[in-house]
Amino acid sequence: MIATKETIYTKDAANKKMSVVREFDAPVAQVWKAWTETKYLDQWWAPKPWKAVTQSMDFREGGTWLYYMQGPEGERHYCRNDYKTIVPNKSFSGLDAFCDEKGNINTDFPRMDWKTSFTPIGDRTRVDIEITFASEEDMQKIVEMGFKEGFSAAHVNLDELLASK
Amino acid sequence: MRRDVFQAIADPTRRAILSLLAMGAMTPTALAEHFDSSRQAISKHIQILTECQLVKQEQTGREIYYHFNSKKLKEVDKWLQPFRATWDTRFDQLDALLKNNKNKKS
Repeated sequence: MIATKETIYTKDAANKKMSVVREFDAPVAQVWKAWTETKYLDQWWAPKPWKAVTQSMDFREGGTWLYYMQGPEGERHYCRNDYKTIVPNKSFSGLDAFCDEKGNINTDFPRMDWKTSFTPIGDRTRVDIEITFASEEDMQKIVEMGFKEGFSAAHVNLDELLASK
Repeated sequence: MRRDVFQAIADPTRRAILSLLAMGAMTPTALAEHFDSSRQAISKHIQILTECQLVKQEQTGREIYYHFNSKKLKEVDKWLQPFRATWDTRFDQLDALLKNNKNKKS
């Protein structure tokens, strides 16, 4: 059983921003690795039952992480994250996008600007994620997609709950 | 055209109208005085807000008053819910991974 930790979500519709704050029970160096090295990212980035599979990773400013999310029926959604700034063990930022297997960006979907910061709290780490949308329309679109994504994740939790009974 | 709360609050003028009405009911004239836009433009915004049920119109004597329906705005808070589900799952997985790595090292 995994202990539930409080995650703080806030949204700022007027400034097209949302933020997520969460603490992890590990030192910064380790949490940093989990967020930036694909051997770890592939293990947790996709919410179950989805799986993240890295195609290529170039973790440096101007570099790109190309991966796909594989669904329970084998469907694949390719995504890329273009890194803009990297300050090791402190923060990194980038622009994400849906794309094809070659990394060509699908412009039907909005891109989101991510900034992820890591702060040591003793042996623990606080992670602050700030997501900025290009426009309010984009934010709305992502919200609609989030509904789909979130519901499938919620269903898995329900499945697990039912299976444990 | 789609009419929902998110569309309603996506517009800065409509957000301003809502903040004004949140402080108290207003007549169309009183409301329009707060804006540079034409009364027609404001009335169009009101129409959208009414269709989204964020604003209610009530007749008091000869005057129409616009009221803010705060209950409806609570729906907006719900929109983060799916993100929570996704991120909570993700973070639980990361917790498990970090715990695993720790155990391997010790």
